[in-house]
Amino acid sequence: MTVLIAIALTLVLVGGAVVVFTGDVQRQAVSLSLYGLLMTLLFVLLSAPDVALSQVVVGTAIVPLMVMLTIRKIKGNR
Amino acid sequence: MSRPLRWCVLGVGVAGVGLVMVLAFLRMPAFGSSYHPYRDAAVPAAVAHGTANVVGSVTFDQRGIDTLGEEAIFFGSVLAVSVLLRPADDEEVRSEEGSLAPLQSTRLFGYLLLPLTLLVGLDIVAHGHVTPGGGFQGGIMLATALHLVYVAGRYRSLEQLRPMPLFDSGEAAGVAAFAALGFAGMAAAGSFLANFLPKGTFGQLFSAGTVPLFNVAVGLAVGSGGIVMLGKFFEQVFTVSQDEGRHGESTAS
Amino acid sequence: MSIYAYVVAGALVLLGGIGIARSRDLVHTVVCLSVAQSGTYVLLLAIGYQNGAPAPVFGSTTKPTTNVVDPVVQALNLTDIVVSATVTALLLALAIRVARTHGTVDPDQLTSLEG
Repeated sequence: MTVLIAIALTLVLVGGAVVVFTGDVQRQAVSLSLYGLLMTLLFVLLSAPDVALSQVVVGTAIVPLMVMLTIRKIKGNR
Repeated sequence: MSRPLRWCVLGVGVAGVGLVMVLAFLRMPAFGSSYHPYRDAAVPAAVAHGTANVVGSVTFDQRGIDTLGEEAIFFGSVLAVSVLLRPADDEEVRSEEGSLAPLQSTRLFGYLLLPLTLLVGLDIVAHGHVTPGGGFQGGIMLATALHLVYVAGRYRSLEQLRPMPLFDSGEAAGVAAFAALGFAGMAAAGSFLANFLPKGTFGQLFSAGTVPLFNVAVGLAVGSGGIVMLGKFFEQVFTVSQDEGRHGESTAS
Repeated sequence: MSIYAYVVAGALVLLGGIGIARSRDLVHTVVCLSVAQSGTYVLLLAIGYQNGAPAPVFGSTTKPTTNVVDPVVQALNLTDIVVSATVTALLLALAIRVARTHGTVDPDQLTSLEG
């Protein structure tokens, strides 16, 4: 295991903890997007370009967008 | 169940699962070892069918039935989101867009990057059998690229560029094309989803048999489905609002 | 040291589970579920990795005779990512419905099973 992969794994673990322990949902959407980017870097280092392409679009753009729209809809109701 | 008791149960559960996981990990082949029997079976099969992207070959050629199931899951999920987010007893109000216009630089970057990302998405779909990429990656990139119109402009411009019935039929056409290619394989070569077209030269654009056609079908289905799914969420935020007089009746306490 | 990748994957799944258990907002729960699912991506890719091996795409630099990373595991990963995204969308749509019907998204207050 190279040093780069070990650093990427540690960053992903720390990023996951940050996403889980963020209380405010609006901030969690942004940290989820950054977490998706860290996962993409890890996937590129693990020689998986197809998976990295999928993850960068889904994890960085689509899921955080849907989360933000849901938050806006729910907060707008109350 | 009181909250402290819940924490104890959670702690016991996490400790137990963690212990079992570590015991299992100690018995697995080491990270980075060279023992990969699936690779030793899949790579020669992909090369024999002239596919340079082995992951694309595994997805559409060797395990095509799994991808058909995945497309069915995606289709059913978009259908369920459409059903759940339809305006029920609310009135559909065309709410005005907020008065914040985007920055000029955002507008410039958005309109410059829009044709670029659309082209990159189409390229990834078309060359999915020779370079990393494929139907799903390119399709979802096309779906996201269209929403640059919303980032760079207003929701109304996105609405005009995105007629929902067109993308509904696009998604259905993509899934139907996938199934039709499977049945064509059964008619031509005797088994469902068989790779029956000529395999061509390794690494060229016209190679790998039916894999590029599957890529296009999946790209169409996933791209249109992604646009419909995001569109339902956008509609909920921007155009559907609750009838204020009946709000008191529908809340339970 | 060679099981560090697997331990990170397992820790991500457990972190997601802890997040789901302690959350007070349905949307927060959905995001923690997304983190748990990402732990499975890391586990699958870590199983298929070989030290120094290139990606499983052959071209002018990678000849078809070299040892590459396991492609079957990457195909499983692609399906995993698709299904995760669609499940997340479905759960968020359900959260919107629950917020409209019951007026709250706190799991502790959503105790009655009503239609």
